[in-house]
Amino acid sequence: MTTTAIRIAGLTKSFGDHSVLRGVDLDVSRGSIHALLGSNGAGKTTCVRILSTLLAGDGGTATIVGHDVATQPAKVRESISLTGQFAAVDEVLTGRENLVLIARLRLLPDPGAVADGLLARFSLTDAGGRRVATYSGGMRRRLDIAMSLVGHPPVVFLDEPTTGLDPQARLEVWQAVRELARGGTTVLLTTQYLEEAEQLADRIAILHDGVIIAEGTLADLKAMLPPAQVEYVEKQPTLEQIFLSITGAKES
Amino acid sequence: MSRFVHHTTALTGRSLRHILRSPDTIITTALTPIAMMLLFVYVFGAAIDTGESGNYVNYLLPGILLMTVASGIAYTAYRLFMDVSGGIFERLMSMPIARSAVLWGHVLTSVVANLIALALVVLVAVAMGFRSGAGVLAWLGVVGILTLFTLALTWLAVIPGLAAKSADAVSGLSFPLIFLPFISSAFMPTDGMPGPVEWFAEHQPVTPIVNSIRSLYAEQPAGEDLWLALAWCVGLLILAYAMAMRVYHRKIA
Repeated sequence: MTTTAIRIAGLTKSFGDHSVLRGVDLDVSRGSIHALLGSNGAGKTTCVRILSTLLAGDGGTATIVGHDVATQPAKVRESISLTGQFAAVDEVLTGRENLVLIARLRLLPDPGAVADGLLARFSLTDAGGRRVATYSGGMRRRLDIAMSLVGHPPVVFLDEPTTGLDPQARLEVWQAVRELARGGTTVLLTTQYLEEAEQLADRIAILHDGVIIAEGTLADLKAMLPPAQVEYVEKQPTLEQIFLSITGAKES
Repeated sequence: MSRFVHHTTALTGRSLRHILRSPDTIITTALTPIAMMLLFVYVFGAAIDTGESGNYVNYLLPGILLMTVASGIAYTAYRLFMDVSGGIFERLMSMPIARSAVLWGHVLTSVVANLIALALVVLVAVAMGFRSGAGVLAWLGVVGILTLFTLALTWLAVIPGLAAKSADAVSGLSFPLIFLPFISSAFMPTDGMPGPVEWFAEHQPVTPIVNSIRSLYAEQPAGEDLWLALAWCVGLLILAYAMAMRVYHRKIA
């Protein structure tokens, strides 16, 4: 077995005349959190959709734990889970019913126990019996991520997991992602927030105009810039720190 | 195969739960056809000469039933659209499941929901004086035709459900279908209609289907109409299914 969970080589994709991916190369090692950082329209989502067998690439190859996405899509689907840009949860069902449904679809022996375990792990036990329509944005995302963990897929794609969330909810989701990686899951996370990549990722790849223009640990990327100059500046709290401090920032 | 059955059962259970939790969708489905039935029986009915003896409720019920199905499948399209736009569709498609189960779950739910709405409309019709001495076999025939018709329209509804860009576009689907019975033998005989209209009424699917159902519960031989009705239903079903599959394969790699 290799230590590479995701291997992308020369991946290209165009929509009509518009070329979105122009030769993406990326290796993600097992058990790591790898951030794919890029602005809107950089091709992050297209990349994730190809990796999760929802879209066919034009050229190049992509393999997930050794299975080619183009030729062995069924094998790939057994190894992955996708958490898309919008929390893909069923609002009419309760949180627990959502998890049970996914567990049943994955043919797990005891769907109820799987659901209860994940509800507890993501601090949703109390809300488990309520319809998802009553959940906050952060709770939905947590449930969404919990649903991706049903059946322990070795690779999880998180496509912009915190876009549209308030700061409090974002912290909750970060906590959930760290939780994920602790269990040994490989996470490919797309984000447009630099801070998110900095906080969560072991390695960061910057996708710009359809190619990876830089890749490495945060320290590697920092080393690409000229050495830091020492300046004395007054340390002001950020607005986020102020917001979280005065709203009490309690875990819910 | 057993995978497909297992996944379809799980997903059908899920969308049936949607219906159970918002029974108003069934009531809304039945409301327009019931309103039409009231309007035609108590307002226009007196002026319509069906050329047959017997009460007018009996005459118009088949057309009202088809209208019910036409109105019900809009919810199928809507539920599918919500799955596609909300990301659940993609989540399911990226899972190791029999992918076609995702559509079949919606299709089977549509059949169940429409049969419940149809039963509701028949109950109202009975309260308004609908009577039939038809036996079990004839009623099974009626249910069979209606189920086939529902399946055909449901697969038609899958197309906008997968392809629509907005929820409004999805709900627009029913309108032309609801009006189809008006230009048929559903409310009055076609021979009084002007030439081209009569030609259309005689050659569109609603007329033979309506005539067949009418004959079945009037305990009369349906004859040629029945074969024509079945041919229309099966033909529409195959066409709609093929078109839905094309849209589906364009949507998903």
